[in-house]
Amino acid sequence: MSSLRIALVGNPNCGKTALFNLLTGSRQKVANYAGVTVERKEGRYTAPSGRIVDIADLPGAYSLDATSPDEAITRDICLGRYPGEVPPDLLVCVADATNLRLHLRFVLEVRKLGRPMVMALNMMDAAARRGIRVDVAALERELGIPVVETVAVKRGGGAALVERVDREVAAPPPELRDIDDLHAEVRRLLAATISMPARTAAIDDALDRVVLHPVWGLAILAVLMFFIFQSVFSWAEPLMEMIETGIASLGAWVTGALPDGPIKSLLADGIFAGLGSVLVFLPQILILFLFILVLEESGYLPRAAFLLDRLMFKVGLTGRAFIPLLSSFACAIPGIMATRSIPDPRDRLTTIFVAPLMTCSARLPVYTLLIAAFIPQRTVLGVFNLQGIVLFALYVAGIASALAVAFVMKRFRRDKSEHALLMELPSYRVPNARDVALGLWERAKTFLKRVGGIILALTVLLWFLSSFPAPPEGATGPAIDYSFAGRIGRWLEVFFAPIGFNWQICIALIPGLAAREVAVAALGTVYAMSGSDDTVAAQLGPLIANEWTLATALSLLVWYIFAPQCLSTLAVIRRETNSWRNVGIATGYLFALAYLASFVTYQVARALT
Amino acid sequence: MSNVRLSELSPGANAIVAHVEATNPSDPIARRLSDLGFVAGEPVKLVASGPIGADPLLVQIGFTRFALRRSEAARVHVDVSEAC
Repeated sequence: MSSLRIALVGNPNCGKTALFNLLTGSRQKVANYAGVTVERKEGRYTAPSGRIVDIADLPGAYSLDATSPDEAITRDICLGRYPGEVPPDLLVCVADATNLRLHLRFVLEVRKLGRPMVMALNMMDAAARRGIRVDVAALERELGIPVVETVAVKRGGGAALVERVDREVAAPPPELRDIDDLHAEVRRLLAATISMPARTAAIDDALDRVVLHPVWGLAILAVLMFFIFQSVFSWAEPLMEMIETGIASLGAWVTGALPDGPIKSLLADGIFAGLGSVLVFLPQILILFLFILVLEESGYLPRAAFLLDRLMFKVGLTGRAFIPLLSSFACAIPGIMATRSIPDPRDRLTTIFVAPLMTCSARLPVYTLLIAAFIPQRTVLGVFNLQGIVLFALYVAGIASALAVAFVMKRFRRDKSEHALLMELPSYRVPNARDVALGLWERAKTFLKRVGGIILALTVLLWFLSSFPAPPEGATGPAIDYSFAGRIGRWLEVFFAPIGFNWQICIALIPGLAAREVAVAALGTVYAMSGSDDTVAAQLGPLIANEWTLATALSLLVWYIFAPQCLSTLAVIRRETNSWRNVGIATGYLFALAYLASFVTYQVARALT
Repeated sequence: MSNVRLSELSPGANAIVAHVEATNPSDPIARRLSDLGFVAGEPVKLVASGPIGADPLLVQIGFTRFALRRSEAARVHVDVSEAC
């Protein structure tokens, strides 16, 4: 029997993706549509008849009159004119039974295309709980297409759809009489087929009164964010240590049998060190995404965006940028990945550009090293610790510069047209474990496959630069000093001297390209020490306290507020914007800001001390 | 029958949509508002407003709630007296 190709279409928040997960389980492939960064989800299942059904989950759309890249793709695939995509044999238009006023309009819009289609009346369980009754037979008759009830969050809740699709010969439905006013038609359909006691769920009204309250709402948001951050850092800590020691001992075990030489060095210092520096962030990223997914599934995310939109809009961002920017405090990679929830391309790009300015956790080792070495332990104003204040100031400086950069981008961009918020606040829902688990798995895979590959390749390249050529016979200095990286560091010193960086720092910045905190270990190597990161940092502190001036230390701290040299961030910008030009802009402006700020800091500090 | 803009309602107020005003002939925001159900005769309710500058607005239309910035809500003209 020939296979069937179906596509799920529907409004955002209609439960389309949950239905997709229910039908396909883990047999799904997530990629991008060619040339754009819109997620392309495809899976398959076997129908009772034995027929293979290929199923695509098209991006959610409010209308075929597209206003975002996501909607344009859904439109083009429904019309069967998206280049490189086989048009689906059957469209399954998913509608939320509790939100038919909105969703039926889109069903009618798709219906007017005259393509073979089935309507899935989803969330029938929630509708039943609210006393909403739908006359399915009448709806079928009026629409002239099969209508089936589904409950995407229940095992077996898609059986009726599977059975119907299996039976459906993909024939175009009867010609629909001409409808000019879709809204009038929706009203007629609602009146004829649906009885609904109340327009909204009482629980939503009650929750929104608290969650969107000007005072309580903001307080809840603050507590929630604080809790998430505590968890990201404290829960991830033991896992990160496990991964670090695990990879280190695996590396030692694998390389232990090898004779000393370039191959051993490549494995130990290149591949295992590189893998370690990537994998160590996985726990943080997964915990962060777990929270984001739960907030997203529950319907809270748009509420957070609602509360903060005004503030973010003032500086040229959107309320929707809040969560991606917050995630960037853990790491810019999940932050930039999370900007996919911003449908407007301009808002999304601005968010991507400022995300690297949020102080990611990889900068902390550098901050702690420098603060411990140069900022005295002193109590200020009776209660505050001076070191704590400096650390806090560095975080604030990151946020302030992000807002400033967004504001400048807003002032200077050519497209000054109004970009809408127009955001639906869906009903609250209890997150579904399967959907959260699948989402988490998907993100972990993306992170490891795409980002991990690039980082690993770069680490190997950096290992090569730092290891070759080997020091000559009878050399006295550290090996890295004689390598390509050492030479590059020496050249760079000329350029970085005005901001107070000595050649050791310049060399350390090169391996710091792979991951910012590697700079600490690299400084240790340059100062010819051995040991783990922690002991390096412990001994390195007093050493640099003697060797560097305060001006140099402050300059390096300020440099790390901007820290343009994170290749993984640049790699993910490339992937998420599909443009080298944007990578160039981001690198350029971050580098310019870092240099300028460090220059001012160094010169002022030197004049004062 | 008094015609005001949706952005001028106070929280909790009910009204009936009169029409959506496009700021220019190809105003995508006005078109989208219509697609979302802001069409003549449809009951709307201003449910809440944001904590800072009372912006954005939370508007109930049909069975759905939308967050609209004030400038977006200003495109929607509503009749207040007809609503109950």
